[in-house]
Amino acid sequence: MFSSKLLMVLIFGTLFGLILGVLPGLGPTTGGALILPFTMTLDPLSAIVLLTSIYCAGTYGGAITAVLINTPGTPAAAATCLDGYPLAQKGEAGRALGMATVSSTVGGIFSVIVLVFFAPVLAQLAYEFGQPEYFALAIFGLTMLASIGEGSPIKNLIAGAFGILISTIGKDFMTSIDRFTYGINELSVGIGFIPVVVGLFAISEMLTQSTLLDQVFKRVALKAVKLPSLDDYKKTWKTILRSSGIGSFIGVLPAEGGTVASLIGYSEAKRFSKEPEEFGKGSIEGIAGAEAANNAATGGAMVPTLALGIPGSATTAVILTGLIIHGVRPGPDLFREQPEFLYGIFGAMLIANVLFFIFGFFGAKLFARITLVPNKILWPMIFAVSVCGTYSLSQSIIDVWIMLFFGVLGFFMRRFGFSVVPVIIGLILGELVEGTLRQSLVIFDGNWLMFLTRPIALTFFILSLIALAFPLIRSKKQKN
Amino acid sequence: MNNVQNKKRANKSLPFFFKDEFKVFFVIIFFSTILLISTFTFDKVPPILNRGIQPATFPKGLLVLIIFLTSIIYYLSFKNPWKKEKKLPKPFFLTILSFILFVIISKTLDFFLAISVLSIFVSYNWGEKRIFYLLLVGILFPLVVFIFFEMILGLRFPPGIITNLYYY
Repeated sequence: MFSSKLLMVLIFGTLFGLILGVLPGLGPTTGGALILPFTMTLDPLSAIVLLTSIYCAGTYGGAITAVLINTPGTPAAAATCLDGYPLAQKGEAGRALGMATVSSTVGGIFSVIVLVFFAPVLAQLAYEFGQPEYFALAIFGLTMLASIGEGSPIKNLIAGAFGILISTIGKDFMTSIDRFTYGINELSVGIGFIPVVVGLFAISEMLTQSTLLDQVFKRVALKAVKLPSLDDYKKTWKTILRSSGIGSFIGVLPAEGGTVASLIGYSEAKRFSKEPEEFGKGSIEGIAGAEAANNAATGGAMVPTLALGIPGSATTAVILTGLIIHGVRPGPDLFREQPEFLYGIFGAMLIANVLFFIFGFFGAKLFARITLVPNKILWPMIFAVSVCGTYSLSQSIIDVWIMLFFGVLGFFMRRFGFSVVPVIIGLILGELVEGTLRQSLVIFDGNWLMFLTRPIALTFFILSLIALAFPLIRSKKQKN
Repeated sequence: MNNVQNKKRANKSLPFFFKDEFKVFFVIIFFSTILLISTFTFDKVPPILNRGIQPATFPKGLLVLIIFLTSIIYYLSFKNPWKKEKKLPKPFFLTILSFILFVIISKTLDFFLAISVLSIFVSYNWGEKRIFYLLLVGILFPLVVFIFFEMILGLRFPPGIITNLYYY
């Protein structure tokens, strides 16, 4: 099934993903968005294989920086810093990275198995969905994003609504009436996904880096990555399996994927541990809990992306864009009409997990050296690639300016506690939300109450209410 | 912990219009209101052709939701004031200035030149003073990226004083 070309793509994607993961501020979302134009030179399967391998390896790559310089390469590796760096400071960087590598691989493979079995079931269920059900599902996704995402749920909701609002710019897809175009012709086609993603992630990060120039990293030397000892395995196998399950489940929910998964995986590892007092001081279980969970979220996040066309994370939103660009429509029909394509993606994700294990095990020392490139050299280079990458998709200079605008906006959003991920998810779900709402109202002859007569839609609405109530219950519990 | 409390206290002592909470509230409400007003200028579909809701209804609903939620976070900030953010350093403003320069140069002179100027400007202001590295990030690397995109994707960059030399 795998041609040599596909294998080359997979190896390149894994290496590129590792580099992106290692570099703080970059990550699989930005990297995927930047490489998207180049996928146009590939066939659809190779393109998606490239993006998914970047996703898997990039998520793991963040652990290398987390352990060695106490800075998460990706937000998903934030929890890994808590124990990875203290363990490295004790002279056991190799052991910490070994555990991170093994647990990431197990988590990743576990989630691919979940993907293989669960995605077709969900796709089958989706045959029961009409426009009202899809609308309710999209609303459920957005409320979940607000409730279990990072930071304030209300701010997340505002960001999600803003993302949907951006998707309304341009010609209305049902009536061709201009909305928010203000006479600018280029805006008639709407605002592209890539300028927004690159702006919100890469350019806003460049601005963040400009405020951190006096930051000094304390690096820990790494001799070699060590495979965990038998004792370590005995101590952590339950944690790894638990976190793999948690990560896969969180990944399926539309949220910040690995970031939330790793935090929950970490806190659950602490709750079940016989030595919870060791957490934060270099606990091997802490590393296993966080790393297994964040990589398990990769396969989980692909489940709704492929089965329903609803992304489970920001990176899967980029993958979804890749699918659409290449003329592949995710959803139940994809499972019936192009099973080979899906098996290709499943197989590629499985191999990517094995590849990053090998590269991580033997090359972590080399990848860690990439962080030695100073920001004053690195970020102008990233800017040049971002500008050309953004321009290349529709060859429009307006896209580059939009990218800069969202870069500045993203910086201030993050500064004041608004996550940028809901904007991305809102943007990609916007057309679905509005389209299904309007078509549902046509079906219901304008009667909004008819939504309540559809059992599946009603279930999603109730789940949405629960999701909205969840942060309130959580904060009350914390106060008590 | 103490630090956070001190920061919160410092923020509390400021007049309300200097507080971050108010600034964020004001900016969101201001722009949302302008956008909301502009939705009333959208064309309407004649009743005979209209299926479901008017094109302006959905964005209107979203903007009302944003205004409502923003009011809630502002109200909640009275109980739990936000922590005061550190002042932005000079390199941040210089980086923003470089973006403005980029837009002006790419619009009036040349796209490639704009990338070069921004790269050198940012790198220099972020502390890089060595000529070789400035040339590397400002000329060599953008040139490689330019040629790479042009050859692999067959991309045609917008015309300009330098780009024209390459194409003609």
